[in-house]
Amino acid sequence: MSPYELFIAPFSEFEFMRRALAGVLALALGAGPIGVFLMLRRMSLVGDAMAHAILPGAAVGFLLSGLNLFAMTAGGLIAGFVVALLTGVVARTTELKEDAALATFYLLSLALGVTIVSLKGTNVDLLHVLFGNVLALDNQTLLLIAVNATISLLALAVIYRPLVLECVDPGFMRAVSRAGGPAHLAFLVLVVVNLVSGFHALGTLLAVGIMMLPAATGRFWARDITLMITLATASGVAAGYAGLLLSFHAGVASGPAVILVAGALYLFSLLFGRVGGLVRQYFPGRHLEA
Amino acid sequence: MVTRRLWIAAASAALLAASVMAPSLTAAQQSAHTKIRVIASFSILGDFVRNVGGDRLEVATLVGPNGNAHVYSPSPADAKKVSDAKLVFVNGLGFEGWLDRLVKASATKAPIIVASKGIRPLERAGAHDRDHEHGSADPHAWQSVANAKIYVSNIRDALIVADPAGRRDYETNAASYLARLDVLEREVRATLAKIPPDRRHVITSHNAFGYFEAAYGIHFIAPQGVSTESEASAKDVAAIISATRKEKVSAVFLENVTDPRLVQQIASETGAKVGGLLYSDALTDEKGDAPTYIDLIRHNLRQLATALTS
Repeated sequence: MSPYELFIAPFSEFEFMRRALAGVLALALGAGPIGVFLMLRRMSLVGDAMAHAILPGAAVGFLLSGLNLFAMTAGGLIAGFVVALLTGVVARTTELKEDAALATFYLLSLALGVTIVSLKGTNVDLLHVLFGNVLALDNQTLLLIAVNATISLLALAVIYRPLVLECVDPGFMRAVSRAGGPAHLAFLVLVVVNLVSGFHALGTLLAVGIMMLPAATGRFWARDITLMITLATASGVAAGYAGLLLSFHAGVASGPAVILVAGALYLFSLLFGRVGGLVRQYFPGRHLEA
Repeated sequence: MVTRRLWIAAASAALLAASVMAPSLTAAQQSAHTKIRVIASFSILGDFVRNVGGDRLEVATLVGPNGNAHVYSPSPADAKKVSDAKLVFVNGLGFEGWLDRLVKASATKAPIIVASKGIRPLERAGAHDRDHEHGSADPHAWQSVANAKIYVSNIRDALIVADPAGRRDYETNAASYLARLDVLEREVRATLAKIPPDRRHVITSHNAFGYFEAAYGIHFIAPQGVSTESEASAKDVAAIISATRKEKVSAVFLENVTDPRLVQQIASETGAKVGGLLYSDALTDEKGDAPTYIDLIRHNLRQLATALTS
C-alpha cells in the first residue's frame, strides 16, 4: 500500500471522511486549551460530570421538537449553564468546595433528565439519539462545531490573563483584581459550550476524551502554559487524524479509535516526557558537573 | 396505480374484519375477569398473540411500540407482569438478550414459549463478516410472512396446551389470521415481482431484513452490524459507499429505531434516493403507520415499491 493510499486516499475519496476530519480538528482546537485549564485547576473530571448535567436540557429539546440539532443544543446549553453557574456560585459563597457543589447539581440534573425521558414512555435509547457519530456530520453540525471552536478561542484570548493567574496563584489574583470570579464563570461557560457541541457531533467519550487526554499529554512536555496548550492542541489534532485512519483501515469504531490514539500519545508521554516523565524521573541522566 | 388499488382492497378488508370483530369486543368486556394473562416480549409478537387469542387473552408486551428490543432494560414492573402471566411468549434466536435474567428475577412458573421454533435460522449477515459473530442466528425472522405463519402456528399450539377449553376459538382465530397472512404474502410477491432485477439494491440503517431478502429477493446493505449495539467503523461506511457506487444502489431507507444521520450522510454522498421509514423491530402506536404486523409489512412494501420503481 503506497503512502498516498494509506494517509490521503481515505480523505480524498470519501466525503464523510473529510467531514469527520474537519469536525475532529475543529473540536481539538477548541478543546485543547480548555482541557489544559481544566487540568491545571484540578477539574479534570468536570467534563464527565457535565456530560450528565446536560441530559435534561437536551431531552426536553428532543421531546419538544424531535431530532432537531438546534433545539437539543439550546436545551443542553441551558441545562449545562445552570449547573455550571450554580456550582460556581455555591463554591464561592458557601463551605462546599467546587467538586462537591458540582456533584450535587449534576446528580440532580441527571435524575431530572432520566425522569423526563421516562415520562415520555418510549425506550428508544435517547443517549444514542442525542449523542452523534463522527462519521455522520452534516453541514449544520459541522457549522456548530466550527462556531463553537471559534467562540472558545476568541473568548479564551480575552480572559487568558486572569485565568492563568487564577490557576497558578489564586491568592495573589484575589489581592490585585476582581476579574477572577467573572473569568472563572466565563471559563465554565466555555467548558459547557465545547462539551455540548462535542456531544451532539461526536459522542460523549470523544468529547471528553479529546479534551482531557491531550491536556495531560502536554503536561509531560512543558512547564510553560503557552507551550503546554500548543502541544495539547497539536496532540489532539494528531490523534484525530490518526484515529480516523485507524478506524478506516482497521475497521474499529471511529470515536474510540481517536481516543485510543490520544491515549497512546499520553502513555508515551507518561513514560518518556521531558517534564516529570517516569523514565526521566527514575533514570535521570548524569548531572552536568563543573 | 395497481398498488393503490391493492391498498384500497386491503383497507376495505381490514374494515370488514373490524366490523365483524366489534360485537365480540363487548362480550369480552363482560368476561374480563376470566381472561388469561399472557406476556409477549415485543410489540410484533404481541400482535400475533392478540390475533390468535382474540378475547380469551389479556396480552401485555414488555417492549412497547417504537421500542428497541435490542437494548431494552426491563423495569421492576416488567418483572411483576412476567410473574403474573400464565404464558410468556418470546421471539428467541437471541433477540431478547435481557430476558433470561428477567425471567429468573421474576421467579415466574409460567412456561416460556419460543415463538420462532421450527424456523430455519439465517446466519447473521452484515455488510461484512466479523468472525466472532459467526454461528449466531439473525433473530428478525418475522420479516418473512412465511415465517410469521410459523409464529402463529406455534402460538396457537401453545395456547391450546395451556388453555384446552379455548381450543375451538384459538383454531378459528388462527385459521382466519393465517388466511390473511396468505393474502399478504401473495401481495408482497406480486408487488415486488414488478421491480426490475437491477433496481433491487437498497441500504438500511439496521440490518434487520435478512429474512425479507432471502424470501423476496431484495438485497439489503446495512452500515451497522445485525445488532444496533455495535457502532459502525469508518471502514464499514466506506465499504458501503463503495458498494453503492459499484452496484447502483437505488434507495436508502431510514428506520424507526436507529440513528438516521448516518444514513442521510451515505445518501448525500452517493446520490441514492432517500426512501421513507422501513419498520423492522417494533410496531408504531395506534396513530402511526404500522400499528399491526400486517400494516407493518404493507407499509414497508409500499415504501420499497415507490422508491424502487419510480
